[in-house]
Amino acid sequence: MKWRKFLSIAGFAALFCMLAVSVQAKTFVYCSEGSPEGFTPALYTSGTTFDATAKTIYDQLAMFERGGTKVLPGLATSWDVSADGKVYTFHLRKGVDFHTTKYFTPTRQFNADDVLFSFNRQFDKNHPYHKISGGSYEYFSGMSMGTLIKSIEKKDDYTVVFTLNKPESPFIANMAMAFASIHSAEYADNMMKAGTPEEFDQKPIGTGPFQFVSYQKDSAIRYKAFDKYWQGRAKIDKLVFSITPDASVRYAKLKAGECHLMPYPNPADIAAMKKDPNINLMEKEGLNVGYLAFNTKKVPFTKVKVRQALSMAINKQAIIDAVFQGAGKIAKNPIPPTIWSYNDKVKDYPYDIAKAKKLLAEAGYPNGFETDIWAMPVQRPYNPNARRMAEVIQEDWSKVGVKAKIISYEWGEYLKRSMNGEHSTVLLGWTGDNGDPDNFLAVLLGCDAVGSSNRAEWCYKPFDDLIMKAKQVSDIKERTKLYEKAQVIFKEQAPWVTIAHSIVFEPMSKKVVGYKIDPFGQHIFYGVDLK
Amino acid sequence: MIHFFLKRFSHVFPAFIGVTLLTFSLIHLIPGDPVELRAGERGIDPARHAAMKAEMGLDKPLYVQYFRYIGGVLKGDLGKSFVTKKPILEEFFTLFPATLELSICAMIFAVLVGLPAGVIAGVKRGTVFDHTVMGASLTGYSMPIFWWGLLMILFFSVHLGWTPVSGRLSALFWIDTDTGFMLIDTLRSSEPGAFKSAVSHLILPSIVLGTIPLAVIARMTRSSMLEVLKEDYVRTAKAKGLSSWRVIMVHALRNAMIPVITVIGLQTGVLMAGAILTETIFAWPGVGKWILESINRRDYPAIQGGILIIATIIIFVNLGVDILYGIINPRIRYTS
Repeated sequence: MKWRKFLSIAGFAALFCMLAVSVQAKTFVYCSEGSPEGFTPALYTSGTTFDATAKTIYDQLAMFERGGTKVLPGLATSWDVSADGKVYTFHLRKGVDFHTTKYFTPTRQFNADDVLFSFNRQFDKNHPYHKISGGSYEYFSGMSMGTLIKSIEKKDDYTVVFTLNKPESPFIANMAMAFASIHSAEYADNMMKAGTPEEFDQKPIGTGPFQFVSYQKDSAIRYKAFDKYWQGRAKIDKLVFSITPDASVRYAKLKAGECHLMPYPNPADIAAMKKDPNINLMEKEGLNVGYLAFNTKKVPFTKVKVRQALSMAINKQAIIDAVFQGAGKIAKNPIPPTIWSYNDKVKDYPYDIAKAKKLLAEAGYPNGFETDIWAMPVQRPYNPNARRMAEVIQEDWSKVGVKAKIISYEWGEYLKRSMNGEHSTVLLGWTGDNGDPDNFLAVLLGCDAVGSSNRAEWCYKPFDDLIMKAKQVSDIKERTKLYEKAQVIFKEQAPWVTIAHSIVFEPMSKKVVGYKIDPFGQHIFYGVDLK
Repeated sequence: MIHFFLKRFSHVFPAFIGVTLLTFSLIHLIPGDPVELRAGERGIDPARHAAMKAEMGLDKPLYVQYFRYIGGVLKGDLGKSFVTKKPILEEFFTLFPATLELSICAMIFAVLVGLPAGVIAGVKRGTVFDHTVMGASLTGYSMPIFWWGLLMILFFSVHLGWTPVSGRLSALFWIDTDTGFMLIDTLRSSEPGAFKSAVSHLILPSIVLGTIPLAVIARMTRSSMLEVLKEDYVRTAKAKGLSSWRVIMVHALRNAMIPVITVIGLQTGVLMAGAILTETIFAWPGVGKWILESINRRDYPAIQGGILIIATIIIFVNLGVDILYGIINPRIRYTS
């Protein structure tokens, strides 16, 4: 009888505890700005998709330090690089579980087969999954991985060897990017056998801190904390992405307590957010640069003195005040200060109309000339209002006799025409992918990028030699020296006017603790808690 | 009646061909290359660009693309989205219940408020009530939806805290959406409070979306009532000593309803157009928001398919209205 009583009390106690736990379940609501295109990051390029997948559901071989750009071990515990810089051997982490969901129960833990599957799907055109879900791997090809990788081999269950065609130091940083997320090969096989390979990309399975529960198109994505996550269970129990495309509505939801964190606030709302006692407004310099590129293949921008003169004729502080409304910082280098190898010793061109006039006269243009300024039709993180920026520059240049006409096209057309070099000067910018200086200097200013992302059409051998050498050296100190020198040359040659690095704002409820702004602009919820 | 129906039905095909042609040409007239947009600042090498265009079927001449598209449509295949790579029909019908649910609620709101307001304003012509209804309906008709929606959110959701800001259901409810109609799904779920949450999420968007149809219905009902009330048969009915309630509701309103039903039919199109803005403001996961996003991404199959399906729905709703006339008013049936 006593036992019965004891059991019933224990039963009630257990029930009470369960109820208490369920009541206390912490649900974190993130008012995201859009819908993911799908759930396999390698197939897509948008940050919205990466937020919903790469750092929630999946892990990568290497990982960026939370809130920083430093590369740390992820699903690989370590890696060795051969002396010639062409062979990367990854030693994989043991004891890592994949998510168990309603639609998949893994029978084994993470191993080399999963790494091979994840990369071969993108790399090998004959891979059974290559053509599934459209089969377009824009990031993989955009980062030139297809031409860079020679082979991927499994040495044993916990060792994978990547052999490259040429040395490429940023390779490790690339391995931490969203497209390099690791999928379950076992799940892929199951889906293929079931005749539903497309489902693999819609119902994701990963090793990440949150496991996918459901997605209601354009409405919400639901995740729950993965109990067996190898770095330890997330502090929040449930994570919801409440898809809210309009920034004003996101702000209203944050104020009404319907979400805990929102991205991309309207610049006009920042002042009110700062004053709001219930909102914590975090800010950080973005990993980006906004610039004006001179078309160095077109006269008169073939002359260095003209480029230098026009660099001096722009009042950058006025741009920061008028266009960024304070949410930006003057840029003097083509890489943001948060990236290693940023050369702080470089001196920016001062705003000096008299000297600019003198330089123009020396270059043979004492009375100035006529040109154009291309202004983007869209708002980007590195340039909140290109039209306004172009107007400020137009006004500044008129003081040195340069008459500029502002030109704009539809965004796709703008990108295409500027890539073809139809412009004289063009406003554009860049947000870093992997925190490596190469991702700015080679991608935007290297000779290989002329005709594509090098909008200045600038191919300058002394600069290019330095950045090409830096790609081949794995010692970070040596690379830093090379990039520092490259930045000095860049400044002397002035193919761009570096305008600004924007400041990223993340408004959140005061209940949120432990959130860190990601320099790459992603939104990461592992390590975040609610009080 | 069959002849009448067939004649009306024969008008559907030219309208359908017109819609496909118009959407197709308009999309291709908008500047912008879907491949370039996807590549962004990074740019894309010409070979990859050409390959992607070929994958999307954009490398062929426009007339070939059009006939391919029409061929697909006739087989019931609207193509796949450039972005999600999913079939358009699947994408559309995943989202359509949300738009339908919102449109039905908005229309119910518009009819329930607009019709009685119009009738009373017509009967009590020249009174304060009449002037108020007319003034309010003119304001409602002229109201920019985007601004109106934000105003409602700020007042009712942020300031008073009575209604949720946006979405279809609170993030705290995790229910299966089998039918896509949130009111039905929440009723079927065992989660207490979910239905109430779904209803509260519907209130503001329904009011915002229903405002313009409400204004049009109220004004049309009023003017139609005024005309009918002057008719001989209304005078006869009154002379017979029928109660004024019966005269208005049975003799006048039934005849006054014909133009009102036309307007309600036409308002289906207005609702669909309004849904694009309403859904964007209220983060309502319906087809309106989806089409807007598809336009921004130059997702041609999604824009073409989405507009085609919506246009088909509007065409059939109007066909239904035409047929309904014939039922309500036999004179229309015989004269046509």
